[in-house]
Amino acid sequence: MAISLRPLHTLAVSLLLAGGLTVSAPSQALPISDCLAPADPGGGWDFTCRSVGKLLHELGLVDSPVRVINMPGGVGAVAFSNVAGKRAGDSNLIVATSTVGVTQIAQGRYPGDVDTMRWLAMLGTDVGVILVDDDSPYQSLDELLEAMVDDPTSVVMAGSSGIGGWDHVRALMLAKAAGLSSDQTGSVRWVQFDGGGPAVTQMMGGHVDAVSTDLGEIAGFIKSGDVRVLAVLADEPLAPPFDDLPTAVSQGYEVAGYNWRGFYTGGEVSDADYQAMVDTLKTLYDSPEWKQVAERNGLVPLWRGGDEFDAFVRDTADKVESISQEIGVIQ
Amino acid sequence: MDILVFLLHGFAIALEPQNLFLALIGCAVGTLIGALPGLGPVNGVALLIPLAFNFGLSPTAALILLVSVYYGTMYGGRISSIVLNIPGDEPAMMTTLDGYPMALKGRGGEALGLSAVASFVGATVATIGLTLFAPLLVGFAIRFGPAEYFALFMLAFATIGGVTSGSFTKSFIAAGLGLLLGTVGLDPATGVSRYTFGLYELYDGIDFIAALVGLFAISECLLLLEDRRRETATNQELGSAIPGMKSARKCAPTIARGSLIGFVAGVLPGAGASLGSFLSYTLEKRWLGRKGDFGNGDPRGVAAPEAGNNAAAGGALIPMLSLGIPGSGTTAILLALLLSMNITPGPLLFEQQPDMVWGLVAALFIGNIMLLVLNVPLVGLFARVLRAPSWLLMPVVILVAFVGVYSLNNSAFDLYVMLAFGVLGYVLRKLDIPSVPVVLGLLLGGQMEFNLRRAMSISGGDWSILVSSGISIGIYAFAAALMAAGLLFAWWLKREEAGR
Repeated sequence: MAISLRPLHTLAVSLLLAGGLTVSAPSQALPISDCLAPADPGGGWDFTCRSVGKLLHELGLVDSPVRVINMPGGVGAVAFSNVAGKRAGDSNLIVATSTVGVTQIAQGRYPGDVDTMRWLAMLGTDVGVILVDDDSPYQSLDELLEAMVDDPTSVVMAGSSGIGGWDHVRALMLAKAAGLSSDQTGSVRWVQFDGGGPAVTQMMGGHVDAVSTDLGEIAGFIKSGDVRVLAVLADEPLAPPFDDLPTAVSQGYEVAGYNWRGFYTGGEVSDADYQAMVDTLKTLYDSPEWKQVAERNGLVPLWRGGDEFDAFVRDTADKVESISQEIGVIQ
Repeated sequence: MDILVFLLHGFAIALEPQNLFLALIGCAVGTLIGALPGLGPVNGVALLIPLAFNFGLSPTAALILLVSVYYGTMYGGRISSIVLNIPGDEPAMMTTLDGYPMALKGRGGEALGLSAVASFVGATVATIGLTLFAPLLVGFAIRFGPAEYFALFMLAFATIGGVTSGSFTKSFIAAGLGLLLGTVGLDPATGVSRYTFGLYELYDGIDFIAALVGLFAISECLLLLEDRRRETATNQELGSAIPGMKSARKCAPTIARGSLIGFVAGVLPGAGASLGSFLSYTLEKRWLGRKGDFGNGDPRGVAAPEAGNNAAAGGALIPMLSLGIPGSGTTAILLALLLSMNITPGPLLFEQQPDMVWGLVAALFIGNIMLLVLNVPLVGLFARVLRAPSWLLMPVVILVAFVGVYSLNNSAFDLYVMLAFGVLGYVLRKLDIPSVPVVLGLLLGGQMEFNLRRAMSISGGDWSILVSSGISIGIYAFAAALMAAGLLFAWWLKREEAGR
């Protein structure tokens, strides 16, 4: 059974929220009555819908509880095609997505592209991290990247995504920033495990050299001192207790690798409705309650909304697409 | 004797009335859920998580409730395997092989009693192992890289001929079919879609539960439709559980071996309870050789996999608690629960949360005893349910199958998958090809391929990585020895018969 571990730490809370939600909601003229989670109950997208849906109601931003619809399949492709085909103009609907969804789009795995949908906002993010075992020969990010640039096949990297997935792509973005040439990116060895935790334990067992994944998943190993963090892929240093971890930026590599959580809506939603939805989400983001929910689930609250978010999604998709072409995942 | 002190402290926590009550509820609900075809430990634990939250339970209490459900479902899974020939969950699949023939012979009560005892011993062995060796085993488990896991799956397939009493060729055909079906979905390493025919529902591969319920439950109903006088266990005397206790004594060595094998499989994340019960069964069959009557209702064929899958369930808690990595879907959900309660399982958990860890361990011991006490007297009750005439029972089975499979993903597509596998199961049975290797191929094939691909990425395409460690060489040697022993034995058997 394919178990995605990335969203696990959010599972239980979302199930709790599920218990408190009523299913039927009378249709109102107010925006946002449905949230589509393109995954099984328990995943990260499901959590995004359930936590945001519940808060929207609690904060009085919507009249009745937001209905959460689970539509798993094709890493979000089933939901994407459903919205494009049936609910493209429905301004009551938000759909949960993340970096993973945009990566899928960039690699042509959804029936459509970024223009098919309207991108509302991101509300929080997990942060990428590059780590090695505590007795690894690589003492710093410089040393690791230097080894990769010298001989791309000399380092075995691992993470929780497949080849061309986000963990892989952001590690390569770093290697490129260190001077790895585009025709060499395909030779970097990459191994996928069923989550960041298993990848780290395989590294502790000496089977792989370095891991690229989300901080939230492997925080326990950092606290126990079993691993050495070479870089967090954030623009700014993180909040305590992770404030002493070095960012890639501070070491001279302009790379940020966020795994954000956010929403899109149908491509035919009017400008006025789109703006109203963005504003509603912004009000939610600004509340102390959201900060609490996010932090409790290992997310850093981070806002990008409206046009700014739209531009950000396009930029991410472009970067992923070009790297994917270089490593041969897509033509 | 630190461990003893900690454990006593743990018992003090687990014996608090609230925790004791939760363990009881968990065990009873778990047994029931496990017994329903299609619903297994994952569903059971997932169902009760909202409850744990709504009651505002402490992490320790919540965990006690949920692991009781977990252990309970592992007990319950055997019930429908034995009386209906429909596995209650994936790990209980092997129990159908001899459990159902026993029921047909009027020894259903004995099989239920025996399997309860075997489950108890398996789970107890695992819990003791968890108590004594958790830190040590972690060191062992992390030495298993992709190449070693691949060797382990090779061992499983090397023994697949031993699954059923039928012909080797047919078992291998069935396993091959399962492996082929296992390639459906996104390529694990590159994300390229394989045999999905543009159906997004197939991107994640064929759902095991839907396939399992189809192959066993639906095909059983189809056969019944064809011949209404077909012999079913429901018309047989089920007998009482008492002979079960007696045969448990006779099967003691089998149970011991099964527990050990299952425990080791459980400790290795990614191996799990299904592999545990599978290896327990096939290795036991090889071990006994001609002395066994596996496939025709040999009690040892029930004892081995039941001890194995319950021991694996306990073993799987070790990597979950001490490394924070789940070995199965169920432990993945337990892990999520802990994380959401701000407890990070990992190397420091035993030091930081001694109350929780040792309370949990003690609760496992207590829950185990409860399960045995609950299950043995209930044999009569289960038996009565199954004496219901098949025209009444089968529609209920179909109803449960449809509801259970639909509820997996709220998807009608899974129902089509189930029905397709029902027809496949029917055809296979007509051809006398066993269904179990098909499910094993489907279940284990994906992980086997995945680990091979990982090993290849690590070595950069150099095949010698597969035999580069002592562990993998040891496993291959063991597999080869088993194959050779099987062939030699067959040759010797032939000569004996010819000489007569």
